[in-house]
Amino acid sequence: MNNKSSIGLIKPSSVKFDNSLLLECGKELKGFEMVYETYGKLNEEKSNAILVCHALSGSHHAAGYHKDSEEKAGWWDSLIGPNKAIDTNKYFVVSPNNLGGCHGTTGPKSTNPETNQAYGPDFPVLRVRDWTNSQALLADHLDINTWHAVVGGSLGGMQALDWSIAYPKRIKKAGVIAAAPKLSAQNIAFNEVARQAITSDPDFQEGNYMQTNTSPKSGLRLARMVGHITYLSDESMKSKFGRELKEEKLGFGFDAEFQVESYLRHQGDAFSKTFDANTYLLMTKVLDYFDPADEFDGDLVTAFKPILAQALVLSFSSDWRFSPSRSKEITNALINAKKKVSHIEIDSPLGHDSFLFPEERYVEVLKTFLGSQS
Amino acid sequence: MKTETVIESWVKDGSSILDLGCGDGSILEALRSNKSVQGYGIEIDRKNIESCLEKGLEVIEQNIDEGLSNFLDKSFDTVLVSQTIQVLKNPKQALEEITRIGHQSIIVIPNFGHWKSRLTLFLKGKMPVTESLPEKWYETPNIHLCTLTDFENLCAELNIIIEEKKILDPKGRVNAVLSAWSNLLGSSVIYRLSR
Repeated sequence: MNNKSSIGLIKPSSVKFDNSLLLECGKELKGFEMVYETYGKLNEEKSNAILVCHALSGSHHAAGYHKDSEEKAGWWDSLIGPNKAIDTNKYFVVSPNNLGGCHGTTGPKSTNPETNQAYGPDFPVLRVRDWTNSQALLADHLDINTWHAVVGGSLGGMQALDWSIAYPKRIKKAGVIAAAPKLSAQNIAFNEVARQAITSDPDFQEGNYMQTNTSPKSGLRLARMVGHITYLSDESMKSKFGRELKEEKLGFGFDAEFQVESYLRHQGDAFSKTFDANTYLLMTKVLDYFDPADEFDGDLVTAFKPILAQALVLSFSSDWRFSPSRSKEITNALINAKKKVSHIEIDSPLGHDSFLFPEERYVEVLKTFLGSQS
Repeated sequence: MKTETVIESWVKDGSSILDLGCGDGSILEALRSNKSVQGYGIEIDRKNIESCLEKGLEVIEQNIDEGLSNFLDKSFDTVLVSQTIQVLKNPKQALEEITRIGHQSIIVIPNFGHWKSRLTLFLKGKMPVTESLPEKWYETPNIHLCTLTDFENLCAELNIIIEEKKILDPKGRVNAVLSAWSNLLGSSVIYRLSR
């Protein structure tokens, strides 16, 4: 911990829900546990709470540090903290780990009460709405009737959008950042490559790897490497690595020679050691399944009808995973549904990952939006 | 009567409004509090966008020159275009789009036919710098200036009906006396159009 602007040491909390949760797939989850972190203080009126939703590989650890020796702060530490875009001097920020996750909330790694064994591959496949519903239970538990805002990037932005559809009266503002109204065929294709990488790893064992105390690390590593390429931009990779070699000369072999190769290998290695393969499969499916318009014959305008929240749709110029045109689809549908929406495109060379970095205009715009009277 | 008052008088309570080139959002803000409009501003200037957000207004970062095809036919009660037409690359196309999107359109434009402009051009042989056109020719954003007669001819060509117009003096106040000699005496003008 060497970051003075950070909120500092944080202790995660956890809550157990005994009631069963009816899932979108039709199955019931008989009770579940949810791990979350909070930053800042809830005011007396309970009107300053902001729900932060994480993306594909995120967790509840969005800001601060768990211990002094921790090197990296939470994944959105650059935006959540005192005087930051999501100002913890003003707001009470709640950041849960999503259902199906592998950081403490009930997921494939948890014990199935019916078999007394880990769920593994039997954990139900979820949709974003299941997360929204479970987060609503967390809001009840924290005695928060209405969120001042629900904010997230990428898959997190989709949750913010879903919150405004599913619980219109419980959300005042929605920060929909670097998101899309649904995945394109290209998006799904990348997810499928990632899933194939995992499932074709011999250690995967049809998802039952926990029983033999193994993990399909090489598959997970490959999945992360593919995913990571889609988070960056051609421009950012060029400026970060170019064609730079690790050694002075070409080696005429197949080791990692270019810097970009060793970077990707390192990212893949680190990820495969900590993340659960079944969770990764599940999260990519949640992404693929997200489509609020599908029960309205693909009509997004009708899907948006219930919304009462004021929305801010933010996109990043170099994002090709969920490009600015995808944000415009959301914005135009909200306009045609006569909903309150602003759309701003932030100039950034950092690709889809831009939403994680505190670009000056991005921070200012988000902060202003959260602080304004709607 | 001021420009803003005229605009307000032409906008119905609780109606929808699209403000193209909304600036810092002050007109939209006034219309929201006085007329309970549901509105969006379209703007490209970053400072202006920020000001709109501060006011809690809806603002879309969009370059009008790149088209308005994302807005459906007759999807707004009013499209407001205040001091913006003359900065656009293709005012004719924009005017067609504006009248397509709005049931009515309110347009405010500076009058290049104002006597001060004519006099400067005639006597000094210089591009005019006046109260309503304060920048020099090389720094002005006003790339498509026209006189009232020019604008009204274009409306006729596009089958756009001029429902009402008010002539404004250099201070942006409606002046009935000027109306008889509007193209010569009007500093700017505000139109209510339909098609």
